[in-house]
Amino acid sequence: MFRFIVRRLLQLIPTLFGLSLLLFIWLRRLPGGPETAILGERGTPEMRAAIRRNLGLDEPILIQYGRFVRRLIKLDLGTSTSTKRPVVTEFFERFPGTVELTVMAMIIAIGIGIPLGYLAARRRGRLFDHLSVGGSLIGICIPVFFLAYVLKALFSENLGWFPSSGRQDPTLGATRITNFFVLDGLMTREWDAAADALWHLVLPGLALASIPLAIIVRITRASVLEVLNEDFVRTAEAKGLTESTVRRRHVLRNAMLPVVTSIGLLTGGLLSGAVLTETVFAFSGIGAFVAEAISQRDYPVLMGFILIIAVVYVLVNLLVDLSYSVIDPRVRVR
Amino acid sequence: MALLEVDDLSVTFARRGQRTVHAVDGVSFSVDAGEVVGLVGESGCGKSVTSLAIMGLLPRQPGLRVGGRAVFDGTDLLQLDDRSRRDIRGRDVAMIFQDPLSSLNPVIPIGLQVTEVLTRHRGMKGEAAQKEAADLLDRVGIPDPRRRLKEYPHQLSGGMRQRALIAMAVACQPRLLIADEPTTALDVTIQAQILELLKELVRDSGTALVMITHDLGVVAGMCDTINVLYAGRVVETARRRPLFREPRHPYTVGLLGSVPRLDAGRGERLNPIPGSVRDVLAWPDGCAFAPRCTRRIDECVGAPPELTLTYDGRSYRCVNPPPVPGTPPPAATDAGAPEPATGGPVPAPREEEKP
Repeated sequence: MFRFIVRRLLQLIPTLFGLSLLLFIWLRRLPGGPETAILGERGTPEMRAAIRRNLGLDEPILIQYGRFVRRLIKLDLGTSTSTKRPVVTEFFERFPGTVELTVMAMIIAIGIGIPLGYLAARRRGRLFDHLSVGGSLIGICIPVFFLAYVLKALFSENLGWFPSSGRQDPTLGATRITNFFVLDGLMTREWDAAADALWHLVLPGLALASIPLAIIVRITRASVLEVLNEDFVRTAEAKGLTESTVRRRHVLRNAMLPVVTSIGLLTGGLLSGAVLTETVFAFSGIGAFVAEAISQRDYPVLMGFILIIAVVYVLVNLLVDLSYSVIDPRVRVR
Repeated sequence: MALLEVDDLSVTFARRGQRTVHAVDGVSFSVDAGEVVGLVGESGCGKSVTSLAIMGLLPRQPGLRVGGRAVFDGTDLLQLDDRSRRDIRGRDVAMIFQDPLSSLNPVIPIGLQVTEVLTRHRGMKGEAAQKEAADLLDRVGIPDPRRRLKEYPHQLSGGMRQRALIAMAVACQPRLLIADEPTTALDVTIQAQILELLKELVRDSGTALVMITHDLGVVAGMCDTINVLYAGRVVETARRRPLFREPRHPYTVGLLGSVPRLDAGRGERLNPIPGSVRDVLAWPDGCAFAPRCTRRIDECVGAPPELTLTYDGRSYRCVNPPPVPGTPPPAATDAGAPEPATGGPVPAPREEEKP
């Protein structure tokens, strides 16, 4: 198992190497070159030449690439052209927020989706089944930002149950260590800070969970229906096992394989694209920041973002593979 | 009294907008304690559905109706609630299925699949259950049982898997064992071993066995009493020797005739039953086998043939049965009836009865 993890992590290296090449080419091929990206349309030829010299763009291409890779290895992603701060610093402040939000959304989606899908399959063709399948269709159809506004208007502005924006109440003066606010609160034993951060996650988490929830309900339902027809479930019934044993040990465990795969893919998607939800709840995660970077042509930020998402996808896939091998001995890794 | 008395069992599947399917249509048979009873017939004749109905294992679906009675040791299994049925299943009545690979849960070890029966019905846990499971695997002829307990179904061979399934079925020393085509998915040498194992287990423990099969060789080697099913009904019931010696239903004659024989002359053709199991007459309209029968007469169509009981306790459902060798055929029924398809003498069973 350990060797498998190490091997998969080593596989990250060629992936990232290929990605760096793509990014390098992308930066060189920008319309008007990087200097235009920095200067915009207004620069004079003299200014462009100065910037090219500053960036080392007048040197041979291989040397440029070498320098580019060396900076990547040192985690130097350059400076954001819009905020004038190092890209790494910006990400360190914002990415943990998105991760927390994604984890929250997936906990909601999995926690509700799997039981709902299972029950729908058991009550196939009855009212409960129709309601959850129909409900999941609505969940897929409703635009996330719209749902976010509705949740915000209802639960925070009208009922006042949840905060309407931000990641934490700034007046708490919570200590920052990892920038995962919930984790920080737990580590420093500032329980109120952790609870407050968690509370801030509920509404955006719900909004973000809607689509994964709907997908998980459907996949679980389909998968359980398939497993219920399997011969080994009949064998389990023939042994006279109680219904709950048959359900837990024989049905659910086998039905989880396709669900785990989709959870992996959905998590990766959420991490890279929670833009609208973060905007609605003024949640300082990575989504809104990157959306801004796109409109500002902030290339260093975009480049860093692409790299981070690539790493995240590989890690999430690793997790999926590991849970696969825990569930199914036939694909167990050695 | 018989251990299991199945009486007028019927299973129908009704689908909206489609004709109701009578998968099992008034099947009656009985199994005495320690007896080996065969249910024989082509695929689709309702033999598996019969066994699943007795076990209460038919997939729950709208339109499914089970009628009749299946009295096991004084209780009608069909009237039991889900809870009491689960108590009986695996403990008093156990079942072995056709395809050992798909009948085992692929993601949990063999050991747990054996011990869960012991835990459920015999309250065994921990090391005691492990030890008993190992003993069971040993009893069904799985070498190195301790190691096998930790393995998963995909790591076992086909024969081993079926042995493991048998171990699970006999774990609580059931009084009745239903084996639904237990050897169909296995290759021939393994088939013989598994049959031998079943015979041994049944003999040693006094368990009654219902053997469901399409293979007359299996029937010949094992069963005391044989029920031949066609289109959801029992068309002939007899002890083994009389059935093989002088089958009274043309379908049984056809089944026996279609068994390939080693002592047949070179180049001699096999004798299949003409037509297919799809050419079935609805029972209320007459004998379901009539469209394929070579002994068909006018009386076959119109009303279902009544069950004829004979002096030696056998019964059959035919208005124009083949003549018993040695007795002159009654002239009235033979007139106008074509010659039986098999023509020659009935083949001997593949395996001879042991005294």
